[in-house]
Amino acid sequence: MMQSDDAVLAEAAGWRGAGRGVALATVVATWGSSPRPVGSQLAIKDDGAFIGSVSGGCIEGAVVREAIEVIGDGRPRLLEFGVTNEQAWDVGLACGGTVRVFVERLD
Amino acid sequence: MRQDLLQRVLADVAAKRPAVVVTHLTTGAQALVHGDGGAQGDPLPAAALAAAREALAADQSRTVDTPEGPLFLHVFSPPLRLVIVGAVHIAQPLAHMAALAGYAVSVVDPRRSFATKDRFPGVALSTEWPDEAMARIAPDARTVVITLTHDPKLDDPALAAALRSGAFYIGALGSRQTHARRLERLGALGFATTDLARIHGPVGLDIGAVSPAEIAVSILAQVTERRRRGAPA
Repeated sequence: MMQSDDAVLAEAAGWRGAGRGVALATVVATWGSSPRPVGSQLAIKDDGAFIGSVSGGCIEGAVVREAIEVIGDGRPRLLEFGVTNEQAWDVGLACGGTVRVFVERLD
Repeated sequence: MRQDLLQRVLADVAAKRPAVVVTHLTTGAQALVHGDGGAQGDPLPAAALAAAREALAADQSRTVDTPEGPLFLHVFSPPLRLVIVGAVHIAQPLAHMAALAGYAVSVVDPRRSFATKDRFPGVALSTEWPDEAMARIAPDARTVVITLTHDPKLDDPALAAALRSGAFYIGALGSRQTHARRLERLGALGFATTDLARIHGPVGLDIGAVSPAEIAVSILAQVTERRRRGAPA
């Protein structure tokens, strides 16, 4: 079954409870058309496994890479993705929107 | 986020208790705020509590800028409820699809041969009469009520209760003829034409649906439209 955002949090709690490094990524703002609304979440495990979504699949790869860094150093990051950002990031949103994603470690 | 805070959020979700997680987007400081103004976690900027309560009332997660930096307000609201009266064939795919779309689904049918666990695995089932069930469920502005029985004895009391409530979507299965007769009966109970116009009948978007699953798609599509776009002008 598809995961609701509550299920994403429950899965993250389960991973952390099992002793894994876990990060949470949350859509905190969007501009223009974007596939997932504010509040959408992606949970990332230290081995790169993830559940949930913060886009239609366009930026999850980059968010997971950043999340692995966050799991390592514990420093939260605020990321922004949009078509205008292609120089800064190797991914963008095909839909033309912009999303801001907060990534934090589950401590 | 700290694990203890996450556990509290999950407990709120399980208890269907509205809550807001407030996160300072530059420092990562975080706290959980409830409707009564209670807060647990890190100290929050002065503006945070009022902003959290506003986000809770609007049922909308958002980022707000404060003199002390940007705050993200993540609202966790109980799921919308979807009540199906009539444990008929169409109710089976509809209950499943509505649960996928995030609704807390319950199915009401006093006919025990219809409302069985085998037919509706994992669904909240009630064999109360619809008027009793509706009194208990008390539909509100976060509730959908759909009648599927075609039987006036079962559908009409449920529709009457839904019309007296703030339910944001009311739908009734049945042909145009059946629906016209239904509106006559409900009109005789004293409901005005403007009240009766709240009932979507025949229920669902007109997409030529034939099979029970297709009809469930058309119903859920209309519920979605009503939820996301509001009442038609």
